[in-house]
Amino acid sequence: MTYPLTHRQYYEGLKAGKLLGLKCKNCGSYTVPPKICCAECGGTDVEVAQLSGRGEIRTFTVIRVAPEGFKAPYIVALAELEEGPWLMGNVDGLDPANTVEDITGKKVKVGHRVIPPTNYTAGEGVAVTFLLE
Amino acid sequence: MRRVAVVGVGMTKFGSSDKSQVEMFSDAAMEAINESNIRAKDIQALFLGNGLGDFEEGQMNMAPMCAAELGMPMDAPATRVEGACASASVAIRDAFMWVASGFYDIVLAGGTERATAMGTPLATRTFAMGSDSKYEGFNGITFPGAFAMVARLYANKYGISLEKLKERMAMVAVKNHKNGVKNPLAQFQKEITVETVLNSFIVADPLQLFDCCPFSDGAAAIVLASEEVAKRLTDKPVYILGVGQASNGPLYRQKDITRIRAREAAAAQAYKMAGLTPADIDVCELHDCFTIAEIVASEGLGFFAFGKGSEAVEKGETAIGGRIPINPSGGLKAKGHPIGATGAAQAYEIVKQLRGECGDRQVKGARVGMTDTLGGDFATVVNIIYGI
Repeated sequence: MTYPLTHRQYYEGLKAGKLLGLKCKNCGSYTVPPKICCAECGGTDVEVAQLSGRGEIRTFTVIRVAPEGFKAPYIVALAELEEGPWLMGNVDGLDPANTVEDITGKKVKVGHRVIPPTNYTAGEGVAVTFLLE
Repeated sequence: MRRVAVVGVGMTKFGSSDKSQVEMFSDAAMEAINESNIRAKDIQALFLGNGLGDFEEGQMNMAPMCAAELGMPMDAPATRVEGACASASVAIRDAFMWVASGFYDIVLAGGTERATAMGTPLATRTFAMGSDSKYEGFNGITFPGAFAMVARLYANKYGISLEKLKERMAMVAVKNHKNGVKNPLAQFQKEITVETVLNSFIVADPLQLFDCCPFSDGAAAIVLASEEVAKRLTDKPVYILGVGQASNGPLYRQKDITRIRAREAAAAQAYKMAGLTPADIDVCELHDCFTIAEIVASEGLGFFAFGKGSEAVEKGETAIGGRIPINPSGGLKAKGHPIGATGAAQAYEIVKQLRGECGDRQVKGARVGMTDTLGGDFATVVNIIYGI
């Protein structure tokens, strides 16, 4: 079957300032990031949809011991989007070197950061970022 | 389906090793083979858990090398099994199925890992490869980071202050270190205090160094046989009463990660097959890769209500002598966590506990024990119930 939205197409969307996902014609749920079928009902009758790119932080951490290729400290969070799905992203605009206040429940807007290719990444990556509103 | 018994177990000391992964596994496996009163040539198949051998030693396809090292027959298939930190438990469950089905009578399973060879930055990176590389890896997520997010969500969801939760999480580490002192194969055999944990450096806020298991080298192995063969080989068979394995998608799809749904599904399978409930388990080795991980696992397995696991630790209900002793071996926290071997090391402890061979850390009168192993993005969970 034709892949509804590949990770490369999703990345290109983020780079163009758009958060793309799937809307299920069966159950109406949104699936972000994309996969081959609806994340809620498994249905394959889906269409590519643009989401609002707005959500709320549900939980977060400040990474102080980083994997090879990353420079600590930085913030990783899970946010619940207005349309329902949760998304992982880096919270920008705060100073993680100092104590970070509890940002749970804060409203955020989705952005992106291009990650240059390195070992074992299969090329360039695009990471979701969250900016506090 | 036939009944399947464990006839022998073996394990190396966990910590930092100069031995290769093949050598470590062979050490553990030969101990298990000797204990089983068989010879390597009697083994009909090997399932070997290994997570990151390629990165650790530049070694792929390690299973046939282990089989050859041990002197297993050429017509015995040897297969590497990878389920991140749950690799060895996936291997044991597969081995169980092959014997239960009647296809083989004697199968070797286990795992090996040499994580310290990578150093912390590469180990942190390669462990994080167990998350979704396209949609999480580029955010620099780490496993301490994933469980840090669990801890914060848990505190908010159940209305426990983060300060109180951290104190109870520290008590998990204190308990497991106390148990580790009584385990000669444990990586850490030193008691710590709540202050040790709370004064250690922050790895991924709110998790501190002593909330985290270490990087480790080590191996463990288990020989399984059909009931009929087992009765010929040993007078102390330990039976596999139930198995479960479940799978789930990445963290962001799981949403509320205070409940690890793959664990709930896997445990339900194991309890159903065994015809048992959480109240029937006398001793449990569960996946305490982080202190908060032990708390959520103790709830997911049904020992405590959701939101009550941290309180149970504070009351001593999970200590040896408590209502449900958890991780008498010291757990991943103190015993160590050579990822591909961990599930087999949990099986080693439960088998020894049920045979009454655990000395100072023995859970008195234990007849039914359970293992719980978690792999990757909370994506693979294996539960196995053993009994005598």
